[in-house]
Amino acid sequence: MNSSLPLPRWADVLLMPILNLVIALAAAAIVVMLVGQSPSAVMPVLVKGAFGSARGLSYTMYYATSFIFTGLAVAVAFHGGLFNIGAEGQATIGGLGTGLVAMWLSHKLPAPVLLPLMLLGGALFGMAWAAVPAYLQAYRGSHVVITTIMFNFLASTLLVYLLVNHLKSAGDMAIETAPFGPAAHLPGMHEALAWLGIEWPSSPLNISLILALLAAAGVYAMLWHSRAGYRLRAVGSSEGAAAYAGINPKHQVIIAMGLSGALAGMVGMNEIAGVNGKLLLDFVGGAGFTGIAVAVMGRNHPVGIVLASVLFGALFQGGAEVAFDVPGFSRDMVVMLQGFIVLFSGAMAYVIAPWVAVALHRFGGGRRTAQGAKVPGASLG
Amino acid sequence: MTDSSSAVAVRMAGINKRFGAVLANADVNLRVLSGTVHGLVGENGAGKSTLMSVLYGFYGADSGSIEVFGQPARIRNANEAIALGLGMVHQHFMLVDTLSAIENVMLGAEPHVLLRRADAVVRAKLDQLMASTGLRVSLDALVGDLSVGDRQRLEILKALYRGARILILDEPTAVLTPQETEQLFDVLARLREQGTTIILITHKLKEVMRLCDHVTVMRGGKVVHECPIAQASIAQLAEAMVGRKVNIGRQGDALATAGEVVLQAKGLALRDAMKVTRLHGLDLTLRAGEIVGVAGVAGNGQSELLELLSGLRAPDAGHLQLGNEGFEPGRWLDPRRARHLGLAHVPEDRHARAMVMDFAAWESAVLGYEEQPAYSRAGWMLHRRMREATAALMERFDVRPRDVSLGSAKFSGGNQQKLVLAREIGQAPRVLLVGQPTRGVDIGAIEFIHAQLRALRDAGCALLVVSSELDEILALSDRVLVMNEGRITGELPIAECNEAKIGLLMCMTESASERQAQTVEGAAA
Repeated sequence: MNSSLPLPRWADVLLMPILNLVIALAAAAIVVMLVGQSPSAVMPVLVKGAFGSARGLSYTMYYATSFIFTGLAVAVAFHGGLFNIGAEGQATIGGLGTGLVAMWLSHKLPAPVLLPLMLLGGALFGMAWAAVPAYLQAYRGSHVVITTIMFNFLASTLLVYLLVNHLKSAGDMAIETAPFGPAAHLPGMHEALAWLGIEWPSSPLNISLILALLAAAGVYAMLWHSRAGYRLRAVGSSEGAAAYAGINPKHQVIIAMGLSGALAGMVGMNEIAGVNGKLLLDFVGGAGFTGIAVAVMGRNHPVGIVLASVLFGALFQGGAEVAFDVPGFSRDMVVMLQGFIVLFSGAMAYVIAPWVAVALHRFGGGRRTAQGAKVPGASLG
Repeated sequence: MTDSSSAVAVRMAGINKRFGAVLANADVNLRVLSGTVHGLVGENGAGKSTLMSVLYGFYGADSGSIEVFGQPARIRNANEAIALGLGMVHQHFMLVDTLSAIENVMLGAEPHVLLRRADAVVRAKLDQLMASTGLRVSLDALVGDLSVGDRQRLEILKALYRGARILILDEPTAVLTPQETEQLFDVLARLREQGTTIILITHKLKEVMRLCDHVTVMRGGKVVHECPIAQASIAQLAEAMVGRKVNIGRQGDALATAGEVVLQAKGLALRDAMKVTRLHGLDLTLRAGEIVGVAGVAGNGQSELLELLSGLRAPDAGHLQLGNEGFEPGRWLDPRRARHLGLAHVPEDRHARAMVMDFAAWESAVLGYEEQPAYSRAGWMLHRRMREATAALMERFDVRPRDVSLGSAKFSGGNQQKLVLAREIGQAPRVLLVGQPTRGVDIGAIEFIHAQLRALRDAGCALLVVSSELDEILALSDRVLVMNEGRITGELPIAECNEAKIGLLMCMTESASERQAQTVEGAAA
C-alpha cells in the first residue's frame, strides 16, 4: 500500500546507496559545524588520508580486508535467514586457532605448508565457535541473535584466560604469546609487490586481501551457483517452502552458521598471520561488528560488501588522519560519521525510497508532458 | 419499495486510480441503491478491492467524485468513512485475538475512560443490536477462542455498533461452511429489511444470484456489466467477468474402472504440539486413474492429512503404503523420498510452501527437484538448463507473463499456481496431492487448472484433491471423502453426491456418525 510506485532496479542498486551516503555525510557535516569545525576543511583531509597516498590507500585496504571477511560472514548467515551478531567472537576464536597452529608448528614447517594450515585452523575454530549457537538455534530454539552476542563475551574472556594462564610467554609483562617463527608470516603487500618488481611503501596491508577477494568470489559462487547455496537461500527466504522441497531447515542453519563462522575466523590471517606475528588480546578490534554494518550497506552481496568494506576502511584510515591533523577533532567524530552511515544506509535505507520513486516518476512523466506541451505551443506560434 | 429504499446510498462517478503503470480503476461509475444488497464481482485484479478502498478512504482517487446518501463526500481515511455511515468487513478479520469480543468492539471507540463504565454502555447497545439483527456472539469470550463464523459476526456487529448504514463485505463466505453461509445470508437479508445497504464483494456467482438485488461486474479496472439481478444469469455474469465463455462445471466422467491401488494409508493418527488430536485413525486408498476429492471446512484435518501423505510430517500412528514401499511412524516418508517414489504435491499454501517468493521464477520452478541431473551436476546449478526448462513449463501451462526472470512473488495467484502445477505435473507423477487447487485463482485459470488435473487423471495418475470449495469437489472428483474434526465422516461416489448431503457430512461429529453407523447396521440386520 505504501510503495505504490516501484523503484527502478538501477535506482535501487546504485542511486539509493549513493543518496543514503550523501545524506549521512550531510548529517555528519552538520554535527561537525555544530562543534565549531568546518566540514569543508575536514572532508578533504579525510579523503586524502584514506586515498591520497599509496600508504594511506594501503591502510584503508588493510582495514577493509578484515571487514570483507566479517561482512561476508554476516551475509552468508543472513541468506540462511540468520542474523549472526557473533562475527566478533568467531573472529577472535578463529584467530586463536590460527595462532595455535602457528605457535606449535612455525618452527617445524615451511611457510607454504604452514600458512594453509593456519588458515584452516582459523576457519575450523571460527566454524566450531559458530556451530554451538547454530545447534542451539536449530535443535533447542534458542535465538541465534542472543546466543551469538553472548558468545562474543565468552570468546573474549576465553582468549584472555588462555593467554594469561597458558599461552603467554613466561616472564613477559605483555599479555601475548612469544613471536611466531618467520614461516608463520603472511607476506605484506609491499613484499609481494617487490617480488613483482613494483615498489610499494611498507604497511600492514598483506596478501590476505587477495584471500578476502577470493572468499568474496567463493561466497558469490556458492550462494548463487551451487546447489548448497540454492538450498541455503531457500531456507533463508522461506523455511516452509524449503521443508516442502525436502530440505532440512535445521541442517541448513548449521551449514549457514558454520560457513559464517569460518569466514569470520579468517580475520586472523590478516591480523595474526599478516600483521602481528603473535597472538594478542583484542586483535579483532570491532571488525566483527563493523561487518554487520558492511553487510547491511552492501546489501548482503559480495560485490556490495567489498565496496562497503573499502568505504569503512577509508573512514577508519581517513578518520585517524583527521584526528591527527585537525586540532580539536577527535576520533569519536569519525565513529559518529560511521554511526550516521549505518543509520542512513542500514536502518533507514528505504526511508527516502518513496520520494525518490515519486521524483523519478515525475522526472520521467515531466519529460512526456513537456513534449506534449509543444504541440499547442506550436499551433499558437 | 418505499421512498427511502429507492434513494441512492453510494454514488461513485468517474473514479480513476493509477498505481504506477497499472490503471486499477478506469472511469468507474457505481450506484448503490439504499436498502439493497449490491454485488460487486470480478476476478482478482479487476479493481473491485481498489474501488472499495477508495470508498473506504484507504486510497485517494486520482479523479472522480463520491456521494454518500446524496451528499458529496471527500473520504480521506477510515474514520471519515465510518463517520459517514460506512462499515467494512475485511476478508482477513481485523480483530485482536487476545482481547474479548466486547473489547474488540470498543477498541478505538471506548465511550468512557473507565473501561468498566464503557463496558456497560457498549454491552447494553450490543445486546440490543444482537436482538434486532440475530447476530449472536458470546461477548466475553476471547476472540482467539471464537469460531471463524463467530468472528465474522463480531466484525459485522462492530461495524453496526459504529453506526454503519452501508456495510461492505469482502469475500465473506470464503471461510464459511455451507451452513454458516446460510446463516450469514439470513442475517444479511434481515439487515436489508431493516434498511441497511450492503455491498458484497465476491467471485461466487451463485451467492450473487441468491442474495443480491443488483450486480456490477468489473474487469480490467472497468465496469463491464451492470444489471438488476432479475436480468442476470450465472453464465452471463461469468462471461462478463472473464471476457469470454467459460465452463467450470463438471466435464464428463472418469474412466469406468479405476486402476490398481497406488497409495494406501491405514489408521493415520496425529496429535499436535498442544496434544490436541488432529487426525483420528484415517484410512485412505488412492487408485490409478481417479480423482478423490476431500471436502470439509478448512481446519478439520485436511492440511494435516496432506502433510502426512507428502512426508512433511510423521504421524503418531498408522501405516502408509506407497507403491512397493511401506512406511511406519518411526521411519516415515520424507518429501525427497516421496518425489523419488513418484508422489508430487501441490501444497495448499502457495506463499509459504509451494514457491520461494524471493526466488526468480526459474529458481522456484525447480524447487524440490534441484537435485535432478537436468538441473544440477556435481553440486552446481545449471542455470541455462533451469531457465530453458522453466520457459518450457511456462509455455505448456500458459503462465503469464512468460518471463523466467520475474520474481515468483510478482506473478498473479493464478499464474503462480499454474507454475507450481506445471512443475509437479511436469514430473509425470504417479500420485498427485493437491491442496486448494484454485484458491485465489481467477475463473479463466480455474478452467485451465481443472482441465490439466483431469488430463493427468486420464493419463493414469492418482489424484487427491483437498478443497474447501464444494463446487470444485463436485466438478472434479470421481469419489468424495468428507472430513470433519479429524475424521472421515463419509465417502460417496460422485453419482451419489449433492451439496446438501455433503454439507450434512461436513458437520457430522463422532457421536452422530456412530449413530448413523448403528442405523445402517440396524437396517442391514
